[in-house]
This record gives sequence, C-alpha cells and structure tokens, in this order.
Amino acid sequence: MVAMVNKPSGVNPPAIQVRGLSKSFGDRLVLRDLDLEVSQGSFLALFGANGAGKTTLLRILSGQARADAGSVMVAGCSLPKHATTVRRRIGVVSHRGLLYDDLTCLENLVFYGRLFSLSDPVAQARQTLQRLALDSHASQRVRTLSHGQQKRLAIARAILHRPVLLLLDEPEAGLDRDSVNLLEGLLKDWTAQGGTVVMTTHDQARGAAWAHRAVVLADGHIHEQDAVQVERRS
Amino acid sequence: MTQFLGTVAVLVWKDLKLEFRSRDILVSVLVFGLLVALLFSFALKPSPGEGARLAPAILWVALAFSGTITVTRTFVREQEQGGLEGLLLTPASRDAIFLGKALTSFLFMLAVEAVLLPAFSALLAAPLLSAGIAVTAVLATLGFATLGTLFSAIAVQTRSREIMLPVLFFPIILPLLIGAVESSAHALSGGGFSRWLPLMGVFDALFLVLCPWAFGAIMEE
Repeated sequence: MVAMVNKPSGVNPPAIQVRGLSKSFGDRLVLRDLDLEVSQGSFLALFGANGAGKTTLLRILSGQARADAGSVMVAGCSLPKHATTVRRRIGVVSHRGLLYDDLTCLENLVFYGRLFSLSDPVAQARQTLQRLALDSHASQRVRTLSHGQQKRLAIARAILHRPVLLLLDEPEAGLDRDSVNLLEGLLKDWTAQGGTVVMTTHDQARGAAWAHRAVVLADGHIHEQDAVQVERRS
Repeated sequence: MTQFLGTVAVLVWKDLKLEFRSRDILVSVLVFGLLVALLFSFALKPSPGEGARLAPAILWVALAFSGTITVTRTFVREQEQGGLEGLLLTPASRDAIFLGKALTSFLFMLAVEAVLLPAFSALLAAPLLSAGIAVTAVLATLGFATLGTLFSAIAVQTRSREIMLPVLFFPIILPLLIGAVESSAHALSGGGFSRWLPLMGVFDALFLVLCPWAFGAIMEE
C-alpha cells in the first residue's frame, strides 16, 4: 500500500499543543483558557453540544481563525507565525465541501494538488480518488454527485497532499454505511502510518469506537472522557 | 517566483474553465452593457459630433457597472462553493491568490470591452476604436479589476454585499474613472494620448502594491 502520510523527519513533537487558548465572539467567550495536547499517530474524538466551540477550535488549529489569547502549536509549528507550513502539513474537512461544482472530481483534486505544489498532481489525484472509491466518477462534475459522494471527495481533497494531521468536522455526517466503513478503514490506516486525526462528531458511540481518546468540549474547556478512554487499536 | 506565477496561472485557468462551463459572468455583463448602449442610442439619437462628446461618459458608466458585476461575481462564486475557504487552506501565497482573482477579473473585463467598444462605437456614432481609447481602457480596467477584487473580497463576507461594494468601492475608484473619462474625451477629440494616462498608471501601480497586502491582512480572519 502506498504511504498516505508524509511524516516529518527528526524529533517528534506533539501533533497539537494548545496552552491557555481563549476565543470570544463579541461578548460571548467560546473557548476559555483551554489546554489540549494530542500526540502524533493518535486519534482524538471531540464531542460537544452545538455551539460548544468545536468548529471554532478546529478553525484555530487550521489557521483559519486567530486565538484571542494563548499559544497554539500544530504539526511542530506555532500559529499564526508559521501558518503556511502548517497548511502544508494539515488536511481539513469542514462542513462545506470546498469543491467547485462545475469541475470534475479529477479536475478539483488536480487543482488543489497544484496549489500544494505536488510533484505529480494527476497521478496523486487518481490514487486518492481510488482510495475513496471514486475512481469511476473521476470525470464526473461535482454537481452531479450525491451528497455522500461529495463528502467522500471532500475527504479526498483533504488527504490529497498526504498531511500529517487531519482535522475533520463531522466527516461521517450524511455518509451511508459503506462510506462510513470506508472512512473508518481510511482513518485506521492513517493513524497506523503515524498520521494524527482530530474528529468532531455528535455520534458518541462511533467517536469512542474509532478514537484512541475522546474529549468533550463544554463551557469553553476540554474535559477528558475517562469512560471512553479507549485502548489503542491494532 | 516560478511557484508564485504558477499559482496565479492555476487560479486563472480554473476560473476561465468554470466560466467557459457556466458562462454566468460574461453573458450577464455583455447583455447589461449592450442594453445600456442601446438605450442611450435610442434616447439620445446622437449625431457623429454629439456622439463623440457624450460617448466617454456613457461608455464609462456602462463599463463601471459591468465591471462591478464582474468583480463581484468572481468572488461570489468562490464564496458560494466554499472555494475561498479551500484556497485559504492551501499553502498558496495570499498575494498569488489575490493576483489570480484580479487577473481573472481583468481578463473578463477586457473580453467584455472588446465586444462593447465596437457596439458603443456603432450605436453612439463615436470613433471609439483608436489607440488612445485602447490604452485608456487597459489602464482603467487594470486599476478597476485590482481595487474591485479587494473590495469584492471584503464585501462578499458581509450580508449586504450588493450594497457594500458600491458604497465602499466607487468613492475610491472615482479618480481613476475621471481619468478614464477625460482621457477618452481627449482621444475622441483627436488629441491622441492624454496627459491623464501617466496618472492612471500611477493609480494602477499603487493599487497593485497595496491591494495584495491589504487582501492578505483581511483574509487573516
């Protein structure tokens, strides 16, 4: 199997190290003095009610939003100082597909591959489409795909450049059972190869089953979930 | 530098491909521009002398509004499909993203002007197909597309973007538009290249330096 993760060489710092992170929107403090550390090769499930700040936390970790206070290290680089390097090392699946409806699946991935300066974007795009069982839809425009297929393509876009850290915001939402199984297999392989995953989900059973560690975001803080602290799966 | 230009080229190619498939920008802008020319032609029924006097103002009103639609649509399309967020998640330089979008708008506007100038020339009985007008159009369009792209990027993130863009954008682009009108009038009166052209070039240079920097700062959050 072709390696999906481009692991950085040298000393292995935590994939994520957050200290004293605060973020507010107007008067509303969403994240307060939050600490979080995620080691490389681990899978963290992030639970929380709607509006708890899960998406905000992921946006800060991906460099899309700035923290009001605190320090954020992602993939060994501090944010926002080394945002460009961080963007090269992370893959993000958000609520939106981040895909162009009038481009085909292959064209979308090749476009993003070129922006990531991949050596052979076409070959890597085809390989990634195959990994997500979308190779038969390569020349199909995104607007003609089903919601689940679009979601799988969004995941393909996120892993195309073989990042070391995947930030997934409810990636399983809207997927059928086969696609969920496909995603589970992909994420299992991902962490087995040393990649790190942070996934938000409302499905606590699934999150606990997939992840090595599960935490809850509530009142702006991270709370460890002892009951679902799961053994690392083989 | 090669990577920077490569990113700009990839972005322009993507936008051209999307426009070729959807045709939602060029068709609407062309129809609007032609409609303006037709309405003024019927309303004023200008003689050749009157046409040369009225054409600069009518032409630049039409090009300013059609240009506004163009710069707005290029960013609205990104926003609607989540592409802007996707672009900002890549390591591509913000300057390259900005210049790619500005160059796309510039090319779209030039394509529209290539159709509208002969149409305005025929309908307003004004000799608009001259070197003086062509240089004026290129300089004005470059500045318009550059500054318009920046304001479009700001406006697209607000709820009332259709109102915000003209309110913020037109007061700042006005000197360039006045230059374009004066320079066009000069060319139509047979004076050749106007003294306004170097000033328009200075505006373009200023916008090309300041706008990418401002775009990077705005897109930080």
